[in-house]
Amino acid sequence: MNIPTDKKKISIVCFSGDFDKMVAAFTIATGAAATNREVTMFFTFWGLNALKKDKGHIAMGKSILAKAFNFLMGGLNNLPLSRLNFFGASPKLMSMMMKQHNVATLPELAEAAHALGVRIVACEMAMKILEVEQSDMIEEVQDVVGVATFLNDSENSHIIFI
Amino acid sequence: MKHFLDITNETCPMTFVKVKLQLAKMDAGEQLEVLLNKGEPLENVPRSCEEQGYKVLSNEPTDHGKHLILVEK
Repeated sequence: MNIPTDKKKISIVCFSGDFDKMVAAFTIATGAAATNREVTMFFTFWGLNALKKDKGHIAMGKSILAKAFNFLMGGLNNLPLSRLNFFGASPKLMSMMMKQHNVATLPELAEAAHALGVRIVACEMAMKILEVEQSDMIEEVQDVVGVATFLNDSENSHIIFI
Repeated sequence: MKHFLDITNETCPMTFVKVKLQLAKMDAGEQLEVLLNKGEPLENVPRSCEEQGYKVLSNEPTDHGKHLILVEK
């Protein structure tokens, strides 16, 4: 098989933990990986919620503040819609509409990203603030990195901030 | 060996994703028939297969505005 060695590279900074923005991030990531691009997703701040092993409202961290933040934010199953969230009802309705129209849901997109070998990395600083350990996150998280490592790894990449 | 994949009920990006994952499972020399819709899938699935070094052996219209492409890994 004759695969070109100079693969195009895309790095996606997943800053927002909003449901719709994570759908956009995973859509670009899977589309890019399926069309032979090397893809890295760097999860920071609210985006870390999408990587938590427990996908619901679970308190984690040691301090009371971290526990409260992590409990209130929840995981992949509780990401809020960036508009018209209606106390969490809208993401569920949106997932229903996505299924009705044969559009991949967020968990399906995340699964496809893992199957396609999209590189998943987590931000060391955000993890420290929110007191989230690597063991609290899904096993697909390949590395915990700082901004310098991310920038070095993304040297010849298009960087997308979502 | 010839494999078959119908992506006419899929939407972007799962059209490419399913083709890519199916091709990844196959051995070199095996063929994959893909039934796809006109528009985005027809424009991009054959092209992305070729970009990845696979051979698109045929691309024929079928009934109801669909296309059948044959790809060799």
